[in-house]
Amino acid sequence: MIKKIFFQTIFFNFFFIREVFAAESGGMPQLNPEFWVSQIFWLTLTFGILYVVLSKLILPKISANLELRKSQIQENIEAAEKQRESSESKLKEYDEIILKSKLEAKNIFKDAREKVLKDINSKKEILDKQINEEINIAEMEIETLKKSASEKINKIAIETSSDLIKKIIGTEINNSSISTIVADLSKKNGDENYGS
Amino acid sequence: MAANPMTQFEVYRIGPEIKIGSFDLSFTNASLFMVISSLAILIIFNLGSKKNSMLPNKIQLLAELSYSFVSKMINDTAGSKAKPYFAFIFSLFMFVLFCNMFGMIPYTFTVTSHIIVTFVLAAFIFIGVTVIGFIKHGLGYLKLFVPSGVPIVLLPLIVVIEIISYLSRPISLSVRLFANMMAGHTMMKVFGGFVISLGIVGGWLPLSFSVALTGLEILVAFLQAYVFAILTCIYLNDALNLHH
Repeated sequence: MIKKIFFQTIFFNFFFIREVFAAESGGMPQLNPEFWVSQIFWLTLTFGILYVVLSKLILPKISANLELRKSQIQENIEAAEKQRESSESKLKEYDEIILKSKLEAKNIFKDAREKVLKDINSKKEILDKQINEEINIAEMEIETLKKSASEKINKIAIETSSDLIKKIIGTEINNSSISTIVADLSKKNGDENYGS
Repeated sequence: MAANPMTQFEVYRIGPEIKIGSFDLSFTNASLFMVISSLAILIIFNLGSKKNSMLPNKIQLLAELSYSFVSKMINDTAGSKAKPYFAFIFSLFMFVLFCNMFGMIPYTFTVTSHIIVTFVLAAFIFIGVTVIGFIKHGLGYLKLFVPSGVPIVLLPLIVVIEIISYLSRPISLSVRLFANMMAGHTMMKVFGGFVISLGIVGGWLPLSFSVALTGLEILVAFLQAYVFAILTCIYLNDALNLHH
């Protein structure tokens, strides 16, 4: 109900207002030529001044500002690009240097190893030679000792036997007679006892 | 009761009557708002171009964005040849935009809601474009009325239509802006009148309409300025780059 009244009021008001407009309006003020010349004059004046000031003073400044900013940004970008490139090339150089030094270090290590191995080998050979020589000398000494040993043993046997006889019997016996006996004995047992 | 919605368009004299010869050049409310709009444009863009910092402040950003907006619009529609006319189209766009926008403030006068103002602008553009066309192409500019690829039989008809459409350009350009502004402001006034007449009981509906219309009208104010400028660019494009 309230709604109906509400819309009716709007509806009737519309007619009412339109009647009022119809009564009051004297057509469109735009079509009244009274101030046309004045409007044309002031439009030309204000728009003319606006155009002149904008085109001669303000727009070139804005354009210059924009250009300047653009070029500055461009310059900065270029500088950044250059720095990036230089840093990249430096990085590459460093990489190369590191690679080179690594290779060098490897070579040095290799050389050193070879050298050490060679040294060790040569020293080993020298040592082997010395050892062989010494072994030879020792063997020879042993040989001579072996040769001389039987004689010495004979001598000792003679001496001890003479001493023993002296102590047992109390008389001195000629060494030469004992030595013949020992020689006999040693000849008999020599092969069993000494081998040579 | 509600006032006549057309009274807002009435022009009246401010100050003394100035007469030169038989012409009445008095300063009117229309003149006042033309001056206000122009001054506002000049002040804003002067502040916006005063100092150039790498990081622009708000007003500088506004000025530079408007500059690049109009610049892009001209470049897209009329190509690089239209560069010498940039300042004119920029001033035109800004003038129409500011006049439209100042008209949106209550109790102000909308300069562009007067057919004589828009017609003078459109006629100036029309004459200017035609002169530019004839200077650039000589009598070859008349080829504009003879589209290529049309059968010979249809040609007389097409040429007549083209000539009529060309000659109606200033009228369509001016009436579009004038009618849009006038209709919008009249409608707002009518709805405002409803608010008063229906009072506290029924006034809320037209009030909400009025609020919505205000938003719409601000959009229309911008859009019509843009359309006015872009149509100027298109006409200029016809004159500069003869396609037909």
